[in-house]
Amino acid sequence: MARKITYQQAINEALDQEMSRDQNVIVMGEDVAGGAGSPGEQDAWGGVLGVTRGLYHKHPGRVIDTPISESGYVGAAVGAACCGMRPVAELMFVDFLGVCFDQIFNQAAKFRYMFGGKAETPVVIRAMYGAGFRAAAQHSQCLYNVFTHIPGLKVVVPSNPYDAKGLLIQSIRDNDPVIFLEHKALYTMEGEVPEESYTVPFGEAAVVREGHDITIVALGRMVQKAQEAAAELQKAGIHCEIIDPRTTSPLDTDTILESVEKTGRLIVVDESHPRCSMASDIAGLAAERAFASLKAPIRQITGPHAPVPFSDALEELYIPSAAKIVAAAKSLKEYR
Amino acid sequence: MTKQLTRDDLLKAYRTMRTIREFEERLHTDFATGEIPGFVHLYAGEEASATGVCMNLGPDDHIASTHRGHGHCIAKGVDPVGMMAEIWGRKTGTCKGKGGSMHIADLSVGMLGANGIVGGGGPLVCGTALAAKLRGQPLVSVCFFGDGASNQGTIFEAMNLAAVWKLPVIFLAENNGYAEATSSNFSVACANIADRASAFGMPGVTVDGFDFFAVYEAAGAAIERARQGGGPSLVEVKLSRYYGHFEGDQQTYRAPGEVQNIRETKDCLLQFARRVTSNGQIGQAELDAIDAEVKALIDASVVKAKSDPKPGEADLLTDVYVSY
Repeated sequence: MARKITYQQAINEALDQEMSRDQNVIVMGEDVAGGAGSPGEQDAWGGVLGVTRGLYHKHPGRVIDTPISESGYVGAAVGAACCGMRPVAELMFVDFLGVCFDQIFNQAAKFRYMFGGKAETPVVIRAMYGAGFRAAAQHSQCLYNVFTHIPGLKVVVPSNPYDAKGLLIQSIRDNDPVIFLEHKALYTMEGEVPEESYTVPFGEAAVVREGHDITIVALGRMVQKAQEAAAELQKAGIHCEIIDPRTTSPLDTDTILESVEKTGRLIVVDESHPRCSMASDIAGLAAERAFASLKAPIRQITGPHAPVPFSDALEELYIPSAAKIVAAAKSLKEYR
Repeated sequence: MTKQLTRDDLLKAYRTMRTIREFEERLHTDFATGEIPGFVHLYAGEEASATGVCMNLGPDDHIASTHRGHGHCIAKGVDPVGMMAEIWGRKTGTCKGKGGSMHIADLSVGMLGANGIVGGGGPLVCGTALAAKLRGQPLVSVCFFGDGASNQGTIFEAMNLAAVWKLPVIFLAENNGYAEATSSNFSVACANIADRASAFGMPGVTVDGFDFFAVYEAAGAAIERARQGGGPSLVEVKLSRYYGHFEGDQQTYRAPGEVQNIRETKDCLLQFARRVTSNGQIGQAELDAIDAEVKALIDASVVKAKSDPKPGEADLLTDVYVSY
């Protein structure tokens, strides 16, 4: 039986293997080791949730703690990438992009174009995202759509341990700036992950489940919700096809459109806010390019246009649920 | 100890300063005709700073520049002919006409780019310096920034980061007295930007930016210290821009006669020429010959830029990514 490890371990293993393969790979961020300058243990934390634990001692000098200066060190990662390093900067929570966005979207993303194709900026910015931890409005957002909007950035949203490892290795080897987003509720998810190094290519969606009645496009943690819903719908005789884009930029539009052309019905499940979201983006894609195939309106299941609430009672209402997907699927199947 | 300047060095320094001046004066003239697109922010008057700093650097050292970046580009070795074409929006420009005045970059000579975002370069040079340090290379990185950027959080973060990581970075504050139309007397809370160095545990020094030799010595000492592993420094260069924040700025916020007075009494090229000719190191005829060569070069660059092709539709979507 193949080895099973968690999403968190898969990310750690990808970093470890790439750091061993290429001396230019460095990891930097707040407490990526933890304990810098302190009297006690070095590598005390290995990241705020332990994702980078153990790398500090295995790769001396290349796991670099930073001050809480996101603009400073994200920009430093970008600058280092400009001269051939392959930095992996950890932003901790994606919500912190508000204090360093310039270095990402005005600097890293635009160098290649502004400089007439003469720059390569192979930087990876990792961050955790998503609701479900009672972390409230400033530590729970799903901001992949914000990065996806920016030409020059690639955006990766792995939904399982296998993809997390393969996509992170691809991200580090890729020669463009990559935003790698880890859903914090997936860190403990277990799955089969090969021990050897491998890559998962960008812009290739995974068909997680095949079906002929309804296409469900789901991102990140929402893939699990879609799978729960599909299992439920199967009992009611509704056969769902689930597509996990895996990267939102580039986006595998062909796989999505082919599925919509087959099923004639589309639900997009996106944990982020509804306006200018991946849900609206993918819905627009299908409306424009697969209109003739549609048998029913497109449905977008997203979080509401409200900040992520703290109270568990409210947060559970906030997060798209399998029940909502089931209800939407049934209404689409009955639509005429 | 800063390297003693040879006669060739002096001629090179003069040529660089004259090239920047001629480039900028020509843009000032041509911009008024309405043919040059976009914004240009001219560096005329500040030539001693870029030149005095970059005379201490090699092609593998890095600099980050500002929106007022033409002088830094030329001093670091970017080809002025390609720059002129870039500013005219031509396909033959340094950046194929996709960057323009505010984004001229040439990584092959360690020029990380002019930058349209005030304070954007501070974090970037921490990265190039970190790379050099991790690789054990004796290379330094210089962040040019203005008095306006001196109040940006990115610069404070970068200064702290460079000090914490003990990076070979020089923070080179070009205090020309105005952030757009706002005086640094108003916007900078302390007497000198260099006073802020002590807050980050690094040396800080303020020098006369009209004096090439003063800049060369002060920057040279900081660069040498960084090369030897001594960590970052802050050097503040006090100078003046001869033109507005951007071309078209009427500069009513400046005192009457302010620029004319500086041009007549402090100009870096005048001071430099007076010094090297009066002590017999260089003959006036040699300087005149350089002036003529530079003028011919800039004239030719404009002729070429005007006749070069603009990028076409096929160029719109290229170079967004390495691969996509």
